[in-house]
Amino acid sequence: MSASSAFSLSRVLAMMIKEFIQLKRDRMTFAMILAIPIMQLVLFGYAINTDPKELPTLVTSADNGPGVRAVMTALATSRYFALRPGFVSEEQASRALVDGSAAYVISIPPDFERDLARGLRPQLLIEADATDPSASANALAGLPEILASALSTVLTGPLAAEAAGASPVDIVVHRRFNPEGITAYNIVPGLLGTILTMTTILMTALALTRERERGTLENLMATPATPFEIMIGKIVPYIGIGTLQVAIIIVCARVLFAVPMQGSLALLIGITFLFIAANVTLGYTFSTIAKTQMQAMQMTFFWFLPSILLSGFMFPFRGMPDWAQVIGAVLPLTHYIRSVRGIMLKGAGPADLVGEIWPLAAFWLAVGAIALLRYRRTLD
Amino acid sequence: MKEPGDDTVISIVGLTKRFNGRTVVDDVALDVRRGEIVGFLGPNGSGKTTTIRMICGLLKPDAGSGTCLGLDILTQSTRIKREVGYMTQRFSFYEDLTIRENLDFVARVYDLDDRPRRVAETIARLGLERRRDQLAGSLSGGWKQRLALAASVMHQPKLLLLDEPTAGVDPQARREFWDEIHRLAAEGLTVLVSTHYMDEAERCHRIVYIAYGRIVARGTVAEVIARSGLSTIIVSGANVNKIAALVQGRDGVEQVAPFGNDLHVVGPDAALLKQAVDAAVAEVGGGVTAAPGATGLEDVFIRLMQQASVADRTSNGGKA
Ligand SMILES: Nc1ncnc2c1ncn2[C@@H]1O[C@H](COP(=O)(O)OP(=O)(O)O)[C@@H](O)[C@H]1O
Ligand SMILES: [Mg+2]
Repeated sequence: MSASSAFSLSRVLAMMIKEFIQLKRDRMTFAMILAIPIMQLVLFGYAINTDPKELPTLVTSADNGPGVRAVMTALATSRYFALRPGFVSEEQASRALVDGSAAYVISIPPDFERDLARGLRPQLLIEADATDPSASANALAGLPEILASALSTVLTGPLAAEAAGASPVDIVVHRRFNPEGITAYNIVPGLLGTILTMTTILMTALALTRERERGTLENLMATPATPFEIMIGKIVPYIGIGTLQVAIIIVCARVLFAVPMQGSLALLIGITFLFIAANVTLGYTFSTIAKTQMQAMQMTFFWFLPSILLSGFMFPFRGMPDWAQVIGAVLPLTHYIRSVRGIMLKGAGPADLVGEIWPLAAFWLAVGAIALLRYRRTLD
Repeated sequence: MKEPGDDTVISIVGLTKRFNGRTVVDDVALDVRRGEIVGFLGPNGSGKTTTIRMICGLLKPDAGSGTCLGLDILTQSTRIKREVGYMTQRFSFYEDLTIRENLDFVARVYDLDDRPRRVAETIARLGLERRRDQLAGSLSGGWKQRLALAASVMHQPKLLLLDEPTAGVDPQARREFWDEIHRLAAEGLTVLVSTHYMDEAERCHRIVYIAYGRIVARGTVAEVIARSGLSTIIVSGANVNKIAALVQGRDGVEQVAPFGNDLHVVGPDAALLKQAVDAAVAEVGGGVTAAPGATGLEDVFIRLMQQASVADRTSNGGKA
């Protein structure tokens, strides 16, 4: 009677036991199952900070005196700003904003001290790198209060009373590169990198494991094809697919979000190619390590997670603790997102992006070497 | 590197392979001459596939040496791969590619010139012109085997290694498959084919029998049977079933196996065997006839396997 029934508890139990045994034997899956929640907990719990502090700040000044010093001290102690001591030229400051080494430039106008003493509310120009609006929002919001309390100690007499009311300086904020703080401007370059990371790595990671799983690898290895030939043969098609994805995303970014294209398209294509090559090679390396397609998929996700969390895509890079920034600096996505933002929004040129290009290239070479070392000519 | 002016195609000695400390192929020696079809027989898990993989450079032997087509199997596997056609035990062409795409892939991997013509010829020889754009995965088992064979010989190898090529294929397709192998051998191709079908063993020029990783018999089928020293008595008649129970376990009786209405009783000593059978026939009181018969290859293999199993247990017990 029970043999023909649709539901059999014993069959279900048999399956469950079988699955459990398989899982237990599959160390990789087991490790992933444990590591992913832990990783998420750690990342979400500690690394994510949408209120970045210690943002690198430069000051250009045409004046000096107790007022300027008070402003500088206040900025330095506010923890939002990591003030580089001394003053820089306007040209240096502007360059630093483009290449990303500074998040803010504060310009103190001539006659600042005199105007301040006379209660004329001198202008204080703050230029912020607004490519990622959320990275600068809190710092800018807190600024008037920080300055008011700082200057109240310098001002005396009737002016002190005035300072306690309205701000003694006129703060002018220039949100550079993304004046309206449009989130899409920031998201699109990030998305470009994220989608590429996900798809290119996954597709290549599956490429070789699929062969192994289906038994076709044995045949392939019995042919005269060399590891390098096989690797290139498997990588190139996915570079092509990745390139197609880029084209689609860039076109959509222009058509749907009107994301500007300040810099050179050729440079963007060049860096994109480097980025895809690095990812595809990484995916291939995964597939030389993973025994099954399932494992290859898990390794991809294992890589994807820190990539989206620590690359500055989801959360401002400078808001992360140091250890997270160190990890982030290794990830190709970090450098790619910075490059794309730089090119599309800031019009950055090759010289501005050297600091992003070499880590990408180094990553690619390192991973390619690992892939070739990992690939075995024999089945054992 | 020795230049085989002689007809040697495979010449290996002491070939040994261990997986996780377990010896799977143990001190195997093998010689195959040009144009021969050598059957590689043995039960499942006896090390046939592993041996074949070592010959074509897919696995690294732990010990042993030898040549394949005059090339060193340890150091020249890349060149060996170019000269050898290997048909894996499991269908290992791409199921999600069409027949033509698969052949085209093979032709490209082997750098064949005149590729479109070679592919078209192969398809024509297979008689698959009308199905050439069908996915390989949609072919029946027999057709998959034929496709795999055609693909493995497309680069005109000098040696063909076939690993259980006809497992799960119907008799008609098997016969055609073997006809094709003989045709290829007649053209000068050397074939090493693993199988566990007895009738296929008989279609080989020579057989090698491997059990528990060791070669336990080799020669022509007739030689292997003769050397086994086994005698067979065939019992037939109404009371055959009773005889089966009676002779089992008697002195001189090693195997008792029913074949249709007959009973094959096999033992290593003809006189003892006859004694045992005669006694049993007397006990059931007639109704059966017993006559000497030809010993089959299967009986020999079962004996070899049992002997090897005992030897394996002793040696593994000693080692562990
Ligand atoms: N890659 C491997 N790793 C571990 N054990 C293996 C491997 N390949 C084969 N074996 C073991 O070696 C033995 C011989 O296998 P195989 O050569 O495939 O036998 P056959 O082809 O004669 O059936 C089997 O017990 C099998 O489980
Ligand atoms: Mg096998």
